[in-house]
Amino acid sequence: MIYMSKAAKTEKNPNQSNGTEKEISLSIDDQDVIVSRGSTILDAARKKGIRIPTLCYHPALPPIGSCRLCVVEIEGIDRPATACNTEALEGMRVTTRSERLFNLRREVIKMILAHHPLNCSPCPINGECELQDLAYEYDISEMDSDEYRIQIEEFPWKPFSTPILDYHPRRCILCGRCVKICSDIRGLGAITMDGAGAKALIKPVMADDDAASLCISCGECMRVCPVNAIEERMGGIKGKPWETKKVQTTCTYCGVGCQLDLNVVNNRVVGVTTRDEAGVNKGRLCSKGRFGYTFIHSEDRLIRPLIRNEKGGLEETTWTQAMTHIAREFRRTKKEYGPDSLAGLSSARCTNEENYLFQRLIRQVFGTNNVDHCARL
Amino acid sequence: MAGLAAVFGSGAMTNSIEDIEKADVILITGTNTTENHPIIAQGIKRAVERGNTRLVVVDPRRIDLVNQANYWLRQRPGTDVAWINGLMHWIIKKNLHDKEFIAQRCEGFERLAQEVEKYTPEYCESVTGIPSEDIKSVAELIGSAERTSFLYAMGITQHVTGTDNVKSIANLAMITGNVGRYATGVNPLRGQNNVQGACDMGALPNVFTGYQPVTDPDAQKRCRDVWGAETLPDKTGMTLTQMTPAILKGKIKGMYIMGENPVISDPNSSHVEEALEKIGFLVVQDIFLTETARFADVVLPGTTWAEKDGTFTNTERRVQLVRAAIDPVGHSFPDWRILQRIAQLMGTPMDFSSPEQIFNEIRRVTPIYAGITYARIEKEGGIQWPCPDIDHPGTPYLHKDGFKIGKGILTPISYKPPAEIPDKGYPLLLTTGRMQFHYHTGTMSRRCKSLNTLAPSPLLDVHPEDAKALGLMEGDMARVLSRRGEIETRVHITKTVNRGEVFTTFHFSESPVNRLTNDALDPVAQIPEYKVCAVRVEKI
Repeated sequence: MIYMSKAAKTEKNPNQSNGTEKEISLSIDDQDVIVSRGSTILDAARKKGIRIPTLCYHPALPPIGSCRLCVVEIEGIDRPATACNTEALEGMRVTTRSERLFNLRREVIKMILAHHPLNCSPCPINGECELQDLAYEYDISEMDSDEYRIQIEEFPWKPFSTPILDYHPRRCILCGRCVKICSDIRGLGAITMDGAGAKALIKPVMADDDAASLCISCGECMRVCPVNAIEERMGGIKGKPWETKKVQTTCTYCGVGCQLDLNVVNNRVVGVTTRDEAGVNKGRLCSKGRFGYTFIHSEDRLIRPLIRNEKGGLEETTWTQAMTHIAREFRRTKKEYGPDSLAGLSSARCTNEENYLFQRLIRQVFGTNNVDHCARL
Repeated sequence: MAGLAAVFGSGAMTNSIEDIEKADVILITGTNTTENHPIIAQGIKRAVERGNTRLVVVDPRRIDLVNQANYWLRQRPGTDVAWINGLMHWIIKKNLHDKEFIAQRCEGFERLAQEVEKYTPEYCESVTGIPSEDIKSVAELIGSAERTSFLYAMGITQHVTGTDNVKSIANLAMITGNVGRYATGVNPLRGQNNVQGACDMGALPNVFTGYQPVTDPDAQKRCRDVWGAETLPDKTGMTLTQMTPAILKGKIKGMYIMGENPVISDPNSSHVEEALEKIGFLVVQDIFLTETARFADVVLPGTTWAEKDGTFTNTERRVQLVRAAIDPVGHSFPDWRILQRIAQLMGTPMDFSSPEQIFNEIRRVTPIYAGITYARIEKEGGIQWPCPDIDHPGTPYLHKDGFKIGKGILTPISYKPPAEIPDKGYPLLLTTGRMQFHYHTGTMSRRCKSLNTLAPSPLLDVHPEDAKALGLMEGDMARVLSRRGEIETRVHITKTVNRGEVFTTFHFSESPVNRLTNDALDPVAQIPEYKVCAVRVEKI
């Protein structure tokens, strides 16, 4: 039996039902905070502008709770709790800063850095790296991690779930964000964490050896990776964060109209990133949106007008010559055969402003309503 | 769009992307959403996984969303009117139609009810191949649900009965009261980034901007005044699909094509090539030397979206900003600058200094855009039309308080078979579509190394039984022939397609599938029947 009960018919618009939810109050670092029931301690702290350091936490994902960097003290409880996945309760008294917490967090980062190379200068995200910021904040150098350092063998190159992404096991801190976004947000579960402890790897999931990867190459794993362990293989060299200009625009492919940032270095588009809250896509993209930008600088781009020569071939010409020729020919055709002997096809790829000018040109200047575009195709 | 405009008074997605997830039932048909609108497909999957939403997929192919679906109705291609009438038959029979909504908001119910009377579940099964029990269950599901959202795309419109199909979906939505409310609606998913905007801007032969008919004296006057034109043509022009025959007949002598590639995208493309060969004067403006540009007398280098400012309007009518990230490549120019230069050289003053200035003129002639400004889009993150004035918040869903044309029109529609059905000489039925790694005619996506690595070549999906009969193995090359032409392509054996049906995409110019497709048109919308044509497959 599948169909709805009649009772379901009376329920209200789900977007308007917020008023009935209960709120609770707690104290964080001696400040009172009121949040809705079900919020985590991290939510509550952020609402009040109190910073708790995090690493595996990502706003687009359900809490993972793997890194233990967000530990806080709760009055009456001995063990520190992780703020990202502990529910805030009525009357709770939470401390986010103490010597004990500082030391705990420092040990956590030291252990991560025992695995992750600290030669930041060749890394493309040097200067825009959450882990680097934490190492700086907690004053950790390579030597501090020596007590944990396991001699990890140089991992052989491992195939990832798609040929267009590279996975760097040594950079990977096994935070689990990539696995989480693939399974929980994309609903695919194409990658998984395989192996134990520091030697674990992110691997593609395959039903059996012959099965195709479940991966659809959307690159969401790359988007949420905090340490650039998953990288675009074919995009070419990126710029350093401080020389990269990010320009927010609307995707050029399908009709969803996702918002994305074109990353520009020296007047070249070198990549696409997103903002977590922007647009209908809220930071998500598909393979075309994320990887389909390199045609911009394709060698095949037309860079000068072309005109048909006497031999019947197309040859380069100047703008002045091309435009004068066009104006003359369209005027002549209109004069000889009337306005309806002309027609125009506009473009669903061009902007509103261009489509507007195009139909204005055809209607007002050519004098015909023979204007269309490929809406039907 | 013509179908929706006729029944509702405006042809666009009635609701928003965001509310799809909030529906109790989502019915998708003729949209392989996972491939064509991946971000919307994710929302649908999330909704189903949360457990509050039932998903019904009606598609001849076993598309990805079938995995999430509570019901998969596998109709024979081209039988959409029949199953939709069948659902309405059972909904009315079970008294599950929304009488209040019908009485207050619609006209023509009696005649519709009479028409669908003969579409019993058993009759529908015989026409569509969908088991009668499934038709009953889905009809009851939709009839009892509070909110159903109907999603469709080209799988519904690209038939000779495309307009009928769309009107049928609108009928079903209206008799179940699923229009004019949050998380319901009739939602055509638009395939290209700015196809909604190009329609809104009047790049159509019958309307100015904002769907104002060229025959309407008020609209004429508004445009004449703002444009400074003494007269404007007031006779409806030709559609793209009518232009090809008109060129061949010598009626059209000169043509300006901006950012389109009809040689690959249009049906029966050898016909198109013949026309472009024949035409007196052809200008093509594009970013690459496309298959179409090769026929031009003059080719003008336009720019990509990364090199210009402006706006796109997405499938949910949201106007959003496009921002120039880099300077135009080489000696190319943003397309708007080229257009205005041609107007100037032909003696009409057009002197805009920026796209924003153009947009402000659009606002003056387009009531549904009047309240939208660049500054507001920037601040509010996009605005959904209609937005008639500067204080209007935009419109997340249409027809809340009534239809633009008064009452919604319920149209009785009878089932008609496709224009070309398989026979002895051409025993297989070909449908065409897209895949997620490529876009339209492939001029952009095929030049992206990553995307081309993921999908380097075209594939013809063939059912294992058919493949066996034809002696085809996975990866074999095959020749596909129709009455209009032939192509060669590699074979992929899969149960995604039904027996007797084959599928391929139109992204690949080396296997231009539109040499095969039928240029039979829907008589109203002039959409070609891409989704059904008869072919023969031979091993090479």
